[in-house]
Amino acid sequence: MKDDILEQAAVWRAEGRKVALATVVATWGSSPRPVGSQMAVDDAGSMIGSVSGGCIEGAVVHEARKTMEDGEPRMISFGVSNEMAWEVGLACGGRVQVYVEAVE
Amino acid sequence: MKRDITERLLAARKAGRPVALVTDLGTGLQTLVYEDAIHGGFGLEDDLLEEVRERLRQDRSGLVSDLEDEEDGVQLFVQTHNPPLRLLVVGAVHIAQALAPLAALTGYAVTVIDPRGSFATESRFPGVALHDSWPDEALSALTIDNRTAVVTLTHDPKLDDPALLVALRSPAFYVGSLGSKRTHAKRLERLKEQGVTDAELARIHAPVGLDIGAVTPAEIALSVMAQITAVRRKAGAA
Repeated sequence: MKDDILEQAAVWRAEGRKVALATVVATWGSSPRPVGSQMAVDDAGSMIGSVSGGCIEGAVVHEARKTMEDGEPRMISFGVSNEMAWEVGLACGGRVQVYVEAVE
Repeated sequence: MKRDITERLLAARKAGRPVALVTDLGTGLQTLVYEDAIHGGFGLEDDLLEEVRERLRQDRSGLVSDLEDEEDGVQLFVQTHNPPLRLLVVGAVHIAQALAPLAALTGYAVTVIDPRGSFATESRFPGVALHDSWPDEALSALTIDNRTAVVTLTHDPKLDDPALLVALRSPAFYVGSLGSKRTHAKRLERLKEQGVTDAELARIHAPVGLDIGAVTPAEIALSVMAQITAVRRKAGAA
């Protein structure tokens, strides 16, 4: 599945859109998507793929927008030990770390 | 991700060439590690390079710490990009009709081989790659690698045996064959007469599939897919 995501990201980029790519780089405990799972987001709000069961995508999109703006990669962590994480709904009880980078 | 890296990564995947993308999570720099080459923003020490290649072989993405730079907290993320898993099914029979979509859902590219024209038809196997040549010819032409599983389902020695002869001498990670214990015992005798060694014969999973009491074609397909998964993930049950 990750194949389609990278291809789609490249297509969006070739069309001149800004694109960010998010990748699950580490997980602990129960987490819905395995390491290597990816999601691509463009500046029009299109997205493909997923890095969780849908619970943290909103927060990831928010960070992805920042990365599209400044080109800087970001690392974001989610987990139930963190009250904020509970708010974005990682209800499965695991922890996940997501790397967000710009596609140049 | 730099454009150069993206393009090379996509090209490698299109060519079916295994490649790992290594990202330095501190700097964002990236390097591509192939089985026999490396290209990108930074080099890797020999032991680290070997670790990345081992991950590539095992198709295991994840974090590796740079041993040399541990105090600097350098962290590398390896993402493996391997060609798709494949399932080659010999026998366009009823079980194959259930197995093909199940395998596709599980992430396998499926090819069904059957020289009996009326079995391997588009209407019986919508969207599935079909081969109507003799099984041993078809399997040789499809170049079995270590990301390939082979299952024979025809029950017919004329078709299954030549397929097994090719599969057992290939790097296939799984070889399974449909048939009762009695059928399989006879099959082993025949293959032995054709010079197949005991070690090669021991590779055949037969009767095929995990023992879940499967009865219907769909249940048998499920047991086969479960066994292939167990072997691939190196779980104890298989």
